[in-house]
Amino acid sequence: MAKVAVVGAGMTKFVRRAQETGPELSWQAAKMALDSAGLTLKDVDAVVIGSAPDAFDGVHMKGEYLAEGAGAWRKPCIRGFVGGGTGVFSPIQGWYHVASGQFDTVLVVCEEKMSSCHPHPQGAFITIFDHITERPLGPNLLWIFALEMNRYMTVHGITKEEIALVAVKNKKNALDHPCSQLGAELTVQDILDSEVLAWPVNRLDVSPASDGAAAIVMCAEHVAKRVSDKPVWVEGVGWHLDTAYWTNRDLYYPRYVEYAARMAYEMAGIKEPRKEIHIVEPYDPFDYKELHHLEGLLLCDRGQAARLTADGVTQRDGDLPVCPSGGLLGVGNPIAAAGLMKVCELFWQLRGEAGKRQVPGTPRRGLAQAWGDLMQVGTVVILGR
Amino acid sequence: MREKLTNPDHVRTWPGTIPVEHVYTVGVAGEAFLRAIKERGRLVAVGCPGCGTDYLPPRLYCERCFEKTGEVREVEARGTVDTFTVAHRDLEGHPLEKPQVYAFVRIDGTGGGLVHRLGEVDPDDVHIGMEVQAVFLPPAQRTGSILDIVNFKPAE
Amino acid sequence: MTVKIKEWPGTALSSRDIEEGRVLTVRHKLRAEYEWDAGVAIGRYLRELKNGRLIARRCGGCERTLLPPRMFCEECFTPTSEWVYVGATGTVNTFSICYVRWDVVRLKEPLLPAVITVDGASPGMGILHLLGEVRPDDIRVGMRVQAVWKSPDEREGAITDIKYWKPIQGG
Repeated sequence: MAKVAVVGAGMTKFVRRAQETGPELSWQAAKMALDSAGLTLKDVDAVVIGSAPDAFDGVHMKGEYLAEGAGAWRKPCIRGFVGGGTGVFSPIQGWYHVASGQFDTVLVVCEEKMSSCHPHPQGAFITIFDHITERPLGPNLLWIFALEMNRYMTVHGITKEEIALVAVKNKKNALDHPCSQLGAELTVQDILDSEVLAWPVNRLDVSPASDGAAAIVMCAEHVAKRVSDKPVWVEGVGWHLDTAYWTNRDLYYPRYVEYAARMAYEMAGIKEPRKEIHIVEPYDPFDYKELHHLEGLLLCDRGQAARLTADGVTQRDGDLPVCPSGGLLGVGNPIAAAGLMKVCELFWQLRGEAGKRQVPGTPRRGLAQAWGDLMQVGTVVILGR
Repeated sequence: MREKLTNPDHVRTWPGTIPVEHVYTVGVAGEAFLRAIKERGRLVAVGCPGCGTDYLPPRLYCERCFEKTGEVREVEARGTVDTFTVAHRDLEGHPLEKPQVYAFVRIDGTGGGLVHRLGEVDPDDVHIGMEVQAVFLPPAQRTGSILDIVNFKPAE
Repeated sequence: MTVKIKEWPGTALSSRDIEEGRVLTVRHKLRAEYEWDAGVAIGRYLRELKNGRLIARRCGGCERTLLPPRMFCEECFTPTSEWVYVGATGTVNTFSICYVRWDVVRLKEPLLPAVITVDGASPGMGILHLLGEVRPDDIRVGMRVQAVWKSPDEREGAITDIKYWKPIQGG
């Protein structure tokens, strides 16, 4: 397979409500990504668009709707969708477009505009529950998270206090992100004192609904060497799906994340991920998910992620910085764009361009991961310089 | 599957909805377009400084070369019928009292146009290439919607 | 280079910007009403619920008893082979105490959703349902529970024919 590089990245601010339309947000991010690589639309051979369910934006054929803003005018274009895992799956699609040898330069654009959805995006989210055997019980999206979080806490004996440390860390990290929606200096007590939505989930355990877009430029080696003095390389990709019969699985451990990670590690030739991954952006729509995913990524033993967090290992200046961007909890969660934001963060961190968020030392390799649907999708990208 | 339903009473469906409605912002370019209609009873278009492509309704950016578009300019709310259709039934399939003509109208002096209703004309008299002009609601009744244009009618 | 960017794009609005018409918006109500076919397996599942029974499907390949029932086994990718009644007792695998409705309106009385692994189905085969006749503080993972059914004339062939699951005394 041909080597594939990332040579540009861009994103909009993540906000609760944006004035811009979806195509306008897409253009802002895509234009920034191209400009940062010193490329124009003429250089782009194909476009990959990532966006979550049409019911959020309230637009069917959302891929086509976003296409012109994503730079796809009269170009090969595909819109991918694997639930919340989309934002990290889109660069995987970009990777195989280039690795196949079919295209030299691909623009990858992810967008979400959840503010259009009233009274609440949950009105669309509830359709992920089985409409005959589950929806009549009156569920909401929080249920699956609350049920999974409780199972995780119970199996490992982890407390809400330990989990709240993740929200404190990520919201604090987000203060240094110029696009962040919810950067804040909070204490564990603030998290615990926030409104209980669905025990064990409190309001500040949860990322917000957001509008925003993110984009990257991916290209073949010969293009990367011409246009960039600091290309970042795709070293590994992985994706995996578990069954939609989610009540038939033990929710305490995300096996689908492990399988996605193993696929990516194998491709990258990584034998000891704990030593060979220097910076991690796991998916953190809820604070416990960061811990859950660190374990699924094999970056710590099962049940040990809370201890890593308490010991400061996952701080930006710790041994294994986790969500130095501020994550979904701090930067915001325009679903597909949030996943791609994590890949943008790796790009900037590995190039030493993350500004106030820059992880000390010289991280050589980073991993971004997203997750979605009924807790069944795992998507992983490993970038290195 | 091996199991077959032979008793029609056993055919079971479950009703449900997706209980959402949407509030769409009209966007940066859409704001300039609809404000011009609402506040001044005018149409605006915009050109691309990079490649010269012209847009009505205006866009924030050029889809062809990705440059940011320039300042919007006012244009006459007149154009020609590019194509049209005559609707005889409503969305539920019920017959309309009077047939309604819908047309794509290319706006003079711009690169774009609008899909809208045609009015004050017998459907049999509509033809491609027909010159038409926009009819606006009185200023006090306008809300900043595409329906602030009542319809297009044969040009005077 | 991105690190030098001073102004990032995107224009944040407040809800008042929209309510007070400072920016223009268009409203549209999605008229999306559906009639979903229950299908073969869930059709039978619902008819048995009306009879006050829980039914599962057994896979002849992996010999698992699958609940909710399905006509194919997703692991063996072969048709499942027989219907099996399972018990209306089980164990709380995990639970939540939920104070908000789907549209985030606050509930007066919390709902008590739980994943309940059902006796007679294979280990780990759980269903989503509700708990009742229990104080939220008394719920525990591992707690033994039993189904509380609606009266026969109230049942309609729905998952809600079980009102909720309550603790088994001394369980």
